[in-house]
Amino acid sequence: MTAQQLLRKIFLVDLFQGLRITFRYQPTKYICTEQYPQQRPKIAERYRGAPRLNTNPETGETLCNCCNLCALACPEGLIVVTSQRNEQTKRKELVSYTYDTSRCMFCGLCQDACASNAIELTQDFELATYTRAGQIWDRPVLEDGPRPTVYRC
Amino acid sequence: MPDATFLDSTELVLNMGPQHPSTHGVLRVILELDGEKVLGADCVIGYLHRGVEKVAENRTYAQVNPYLDRLDYVAAVSNSLGYCLAVEKLLNVEAPPRAQAIRVILTELNRIASHLVWLGTHALDIGAITPVFYCFREREETLNIFEKYCGARLTTHAFRVGGLQYDLYDGFEQEVKAFCDMFLPKVDEYEELLTGNRIWVNRLKEVGILNGEDCKRYGVTGPVLRAAGVHWDLRKAQPYSGYEKYDFVIPIGQNGDTYDRYMVRMEEMRQAVRIIRQAVEGIPEGPIMAKGCKIIKPPVGEAYVSIEAPKGELGYYIVSDGSTTPYRVRVRPPSFINLQALDRMVRGGLIADVVAVIGTLDIVLGEVDR
Repeated sequence: MTAQQLLRKIFLVDLFQGLRITFRYQPTKYICTEQYPQQRPKIAERYRGAPRLNTNPETGETLCNCCNLCALACPEGLIVVTSQRNEQTKRKELVSYTYDTSRCMFCGLCQDACASNAIELTQDFELATYTRAGQIWDRPVLEDGPRPTVYRC
Repeated sequence: MPDATFLDSTELVLNMGPQHPSTHGVLRVILELDGEKVLGADCVIGYLHRGVEKVAENRTYAQVNPYLDRLDYVAAVSNSLGYCLAVEKLLNVEAPPRAQAIRVILTELNRIASHLVWLGTHALDIGAITPVFYCFREREETLNIFEKYCGARLTTHAFRVGGLQYDLYDGFEQEVKAFCDMFLPKVDEYEELLTGNRIWVNRLKEVGILNGEDCKRYGVTGPVLRAAGVHWDLRKAQPYSGYEKYDFVIPIGQNGDTYDRYMVRMEEMRQAVRIIRQAVEGIPEGPIMAKGCKIIKPPVGEAYVSIEAPKGELGYYIVSDGSTTPYRVRVRPPSFINLQALDRMVRGGLIADVVAVIGTLDIVLGEVDR
């Protein structure tokens, strides 16, 4: 051990060097704890969260044209689209649309596949439910879109 | 597996894991001990086996991609890149230059994120608690960029076969440049905390030595191999995705001990920043998706593509039978191969050094077990 090393050891140089950095971050402006749920995180626009089945804002009709592409694109096969042909207009009409969020891995392939912007992964990330059945979302839930919980504080 | 302890012997067989916090997941190591000395180590893996390779046989080429993010979940972007390059090789297409540049930026950002997780947890295992908070603070910045770019922070699903799904968002370049400027002084800060610290040096120097010959024999790649003084980096050796255009240095060590591996990874983070800076300066304009990748139906054949993931050589061997689903997807994960060397590295050392060696191997159990 050289004299320099010995002096470093005696005067605890390494310790103070480290502590200097620690104390440099003491001012409160460096605090980065987020007070969730009072303070909600900023979610990016492209965030892939809870699914929503979009409707036309004016008429309230669904944008889904029952092409089944989302169900085919889904790796887990968790989307089930059922449709019925309307005899008068000769067009397919959406009967039901179920989306099993318990198996979803939010890869976004369904929204990439959708040509009419009907299925969309939104910025909502609070997906906890009390029951397993509650994780299987049907058409009314999906069309309603996410309803983030409001907390009193 | 070592024999059970007998009453007349002094050897002790000890299970480390699968719930041990410093085995970085669900790794079980059966240690044969003579007091504090390690006589042998046997890894038991498979606690996180999900059968990704089998799952891939029942999915289309595009659908396989999100599953592969879950192999090495701290460097999901690299996994995606390797797979996309392999399928592109099968299809005989190449991603457009713009897509390639963006791929390089995101992969290098992910390399930084992965190394930061390694540094934080490794230091935590050794006993330095401070760095983990600083590392995760900076990692957060890279994750924010991923979130803004592709909508997810960890399992990103950032790339698609043939290019990219999403174009850059407004302000991407500025954010990445700001991150680079912010990050380099932080690396110096980590080094100030650790590099000269006596406890850190004493715990790391000449611990878990693996020389270059042994590395080659075990097939060990990545920073572990480079720390042993072997000049091997796939970004230089077989450039992919336009890495030949960028100017960077491959850091190598000398002794192949834990301290060298630490220094190599620290320098790799600086080099990653250097690559990002070059790439973000000249992102070419143009399409982000190659033509003919809407329906992926490669011709009959096979392809092996390997890339330099943060942990080492990540290879994908894909066999196509001409249908829309792969016939076989074989993953060559770096962590799985590197973990083989554990016994060699800890044998003869002390039990406390096992923790240091597992940390320095930088394994992710999602990748080991697949």
